[in-house]
Amino acid sequence: MSETHAETAFARKAPIAFVADGQIPASPPPSSAVGPVKWARDNLFSGPVNSILTLVSIAFIVLMAYEILPWFLDSSWAPAEMSLAGCRAEASGACFAVLVERFWQFFFGFYPAELHWRPTLAFLIVVVAIYPALFSSAPRQLLIVTALAPFACYWLVWGGSIWGPLAVLAAPVIGWAVSHYGGKPITAIVGEAFGPLVTLIVAVAAVLVWLLFLVSPVDEALYSIIPLGIEVVPSNKLGGFMLSLIIGLVGITGSLPLGIALALGRQSKLLIVKALSVGFIEAMRGVPLITLLFVASTLLNYFLPPGTNFDLILRVCIMVTLFASAYMAEVIRGGIAALPKGQYEAGDAMGLTYWQSMRLIILPQALKISIPNIVSTFIGLFKDTTLVIVIGLLDPLGLSSAIRANQAWNGIVWELYGFVALFFFIFCFGMSRYSQWLERRLRTDHR
Amino acid sequence: MKHTCILGAAAVAALAAGAASAATLDDVKAAGTLKCGVTTGLAGFGAPDAAGRWEGFDIAVCRAVAAAVLGDEDKVTFVPTTGKTRFTALASGEIDMLSRVTTWTFSRDTDLGFEFVGVAYYDGQGFMVPKSLGVSSAKELDGATVCIQTGTTTELNLADYFRLNNMSYEPVPIETNAEAQQKYLAGACDVYTTDASGLAATRATFEAPKDHIILPEIISKEPLGPLVRHGDNQWGDIVRWSFNALVAAEEYGVTKANIDDQKANSANPEVRRLLGVEGGLGAMIGLDDEWAYRAIKSQGNYGEVFEEFLGTNTAIGLERGLNAQWTEGGLQYSPPFR
Repeated sequence: MSETHAETAFARKAPIAFVADGQIPASPPPSSAVGPVKWARDNLFSGPVNSILTLVSIAFIVLMAYEILPWFLDSSWAPAEMSLAGCRAEASGACFAVLVERFWQFFFGFYPAELHWRPTLAFLIVVVAIYPALFSSAPRQLLIVTALAPFACYWLVWGGSIWGPLAVLAAPVIGWAVSHYGGKPITAIVGEAFGPLVTLIVAVAAVLVWLLFLVSPVDEALYSIIPLGIEVVPSNKLGGFMLSLIIGLVGITGSLPLGIALALGRQSKLLIVKALSVGFIEAMRGVPLITLLFVASTLLNYFLPPGTNFDLILRVCIMVTLFASAYMAEVIRGGIAALPKGQYEAGDAMGLTYWQSMRLIILPQALKISIPNIVSTFIGLFKDTTLVIVIGLLDPLGLSSAIRANQAWNGIVWELYGFVALFFFIFCFGMSRYSQWLERRLRTDHR
Repeated sequence: MKHTCILGAAAVAALAAGAASAATLDDVKAAGTLKCGVTTGLAGFGAPDAAGRWEGFDIAVCRAVAAAVLGDEDKVTFVPTTGKTRFTALASGEIDMLSRVTTWTFSRDTDLGFEFVGVAYYDGQGFMVPKSLGVSSAKELDGATVCIQTGTTTELNLADYFRLNNMSYEPVPIETNAEAQQKYLAGACDVYTTDASGLAATRATFEAPKDHIILPEIISKEPLGPLVRHGDNQWGDIVRWSFNALVAAEEYGVTKANIDDQKANSANPEVRRLLGVEGGLGAMIGLDDEWAYRAIKSQGNYGEVFEEFLGTNTAIGLERGLNAQWTEGGLQYSPPFR
């Protein structure tokens, strides 16, 4: 107290030279602790071992660039003579002229050039249809497009009568009508106890009969009355990236629901359902995909009645979907198995039925856990589509060998394979990034 | 029960196959298109061009049959087949004929139930070496490293040949022709061996083809020809004689360019029968009289087809060799048209 008085007294007597009335402004950090230098120190040269590794890596990158860049820079895009010889006369590097000449063939195979807009439109429809399935921010009304897209795309790619796809589209309506209006009479016949079950069986049977036996006559009959359709493009005209995308997309969209059903079936307490699911999964996983493709391409021909024109690409799509769904089932089963028992018990305690607890509690968590593996399976499936080369379908790899068989381009390797690799990388990398984004968005734990 | 099912299915399949093969000609006419199994791409023998149109030596045989049967060389559905799927595709009726550099062997002709209708190209396994190796005969290849496709008859032929001549070699296994080109040019092997036509096609793609030679020794017989299923002899006859018509046309000097003139003016009775002016040969195989005329008119005679896709003026640059007419020291010989 007395000291303070003394100070104030002193202050009054003599003016003070300097009083800091604010903070001293921070001086800039030393150049070694900021900007690129610091970044390089932290990330590239943070120790002797790391420094050496960095230098070796840089040397490697420079060397690679030194080897590869001239190949890119001294490339030939449009030589006077469109052939490998023409390229060599003009440039010493890459011969991208082959990609220029065969660009559309790579995308559409032998699809008639004047009809290229059809698969392109189908692809755009797929993009619009996938959007609401991938991003929950999308308007929900777009899901209608998603439901109709498979039929529209099939019709656009293969062409023909519009009544066929519409007749297939009618199948769920028929199933619904049978179960809705047929329920009461059926229950009256078989009694209360078996009513729902028999109704379900009848509905499924009606749908199957419709799909297997009635669709094509109905299609023909309607077409003869109202010939509404577009030019038919046979399957052997399909090829290139379009073929990979068709098989890949069908496999991906088909295998997820099938896989979920199989995973639940395998966990089921119903003996027959469980046995069928286990048998299917093990049989499909126990056989190489190439074997299944051979079955699709050759063996089925022996067993189907002659004259049935069961499309080869359709057969391959079905086989690939079944194959992928077996893997998908195991991936999802892994997710389901990772959930603690308490989750099931919570569902039971709340009085939820089996389907309710699956839909509301188990599957959302299990699927979230499985996302990385599901996407891994998708990527693997998409790359596996190139295996169809062994049954003579001209996918991008098959096309590149067919192009090399042409005298003008025989001897070209890197350009073709590089182009195919780029295409697959774009799609697979896209899927990978999406799955990472989805994982971040769905993260609910506290970190 | 299970066995009965399988037997039943097999019986149905057999019946179905029998029904399918009963009248291939009718099926083809009804479909309006000839389903022809071809390679997925082999230089000179068959490959799609930029517009997706198939071209090549084997393709021309398909087109000749289509022209003879359906009157239009473009009424062909080309079904690309691999070495593994080609025979099942033919046996199951997915294709009507196979024209796909397939070697005529005993077991394929008999056990697999096919009928080879002729030899379109006499091939054989050969060797290619860099000139700098200083070798002029395959007998000098003792101790060489050889690039060889695994799992093919060429592998077995090579082993036989070296054992027969008491020589040793070191195999470098490769999977495809493209891989072989890279390995061979990189010097991973001294010698590349495959069918001589394939060697010529491969050499044509090198930057300096003259630095490589194909050795004179041919160590195997590879007669390549079109084939059909057993059990429909009429269809086999049609394919056989459509091909023979091309060979005979060359022998008698009938070409794409002069065929109309020959048809109108030729005094040679064989030519007149071939082109349907007289003899009524077409009716004997269930076709009209101008079937051979259309086949030759659309594709040219055998020599023209050969020169267009394989001959010395193409990049492949194959000599006629064994594939010359019998009158010129080769093996191509058509039985008479009478």
